[in-house]
Amino acid sequence: MAASPMEQFEVVPLIPIHIGGFDISFTNQALWMCIAVVAASLFLTLPVARGRLVPTRMQSMAELSYQFVADMLHMTSGEEGLVFFPLIFTVFMFILTANFMGLIPGSFTVTSQIAVTFALTALVILTVIVSGFARHGLRFLKLFVLDAPIYIAAPMALLEFIAFCARPISLSLRLFANMLAGHTMLQVMAGFVVALIGAGGVLSALSIAPMLLIIGLGALEILVAFLQAYVFAILSCIYLSEALHLHEHH
Amino acid sequence: MDIIQAAKFLGAGMATIAFVGSGIGIGIVFGNYISAALRNPGAAQSQFTNLYIGYALCELQGLFGLLIALILMFT
Repeated sequence: MAASPMEQFEVVPLIPIHIGGFDISFTNQALWMCIAVVAASLFLTLPVARGRLVPTRMQSMAELSYQFVADMLHMTSGEEGLVFFPLIFTVFMFILTANFMGLIPGSFTVTSQIAVTFALTALVILTVIVSGFARHGLRFLKLFVLDAPIYIAAPMALLEFIAFCARPISLSLRLFANMLAGHTMLQVMAGFVVALIGAGGVLSALSIAPMLLIIGLGALEILVAFLQAYVFAILSCIYLSEALHLHEHH
Repeated sequence: MDIIQAAKFLGAGMATIAFVGSGIGIGIVFGNYISAALRNPGAAQSQFTNLYIGYALCELQGLFGLLIALILMFT
């Protein structure tokens, strides 16, 4: 009997804690988030602790990921954008680690929960709003005003405002839906293998076909796991860059 | 109540049609990027960011369909 493909996304409390009517149990999601943070921290600190001039393999991996995010931020928001480097790098490494660890069979995908992705998005968007107002004051609202005649600029300001409000939804939904869809697809394919083996006879031999498909889809999921972390980070960079520079180009 | 359940499933199935547009869009984005990159390989690297922004925006339109399907299935 194959399990439901949605069962893997179920949040179950491991250590039930109830304080004042609030359920703050330590769940499997919290556990895997802790593992992701520890894994990312170890990956970035242990290999570079020795700091060799000729890097080892792991050290060059850690240095590459640092350089990759720094280049991305520098390219989209210029020299001034580098103040946001700690935020972007943390978010990128967390999502990347969580996505990759979700691909281990039997693990829990933290980023397939909209609560997690929306919290990450809220962090980025609040940083955009706070730093935008801190830097430009009320001039930050010029973000919504285009350089155009009033009868075009007025409706466009409304549209720009709606687009700005849709950003947190789109940013969190993209990561969540990609992870959810990918893992559901793998699970459905795995269900085919189990069902075909259970059918017996010639049909058991046929189960090799969905198995091969799973391997291919698994490779695709590794690409998607990286790509979604990259897209999340680069869109965050662009939003932050808009808060820094408004409409002018650097 | 069976008819409502059936209508929900039909609606969820129809919501996945959103991925048609998503697929066409992603095809156009990557196809145009490759044809432009082959004409001017020197400028290809600088447009890499724009490529993935375009890809992300196209993909999002399909994911809205998935979201509606999920809402219909699980509420």
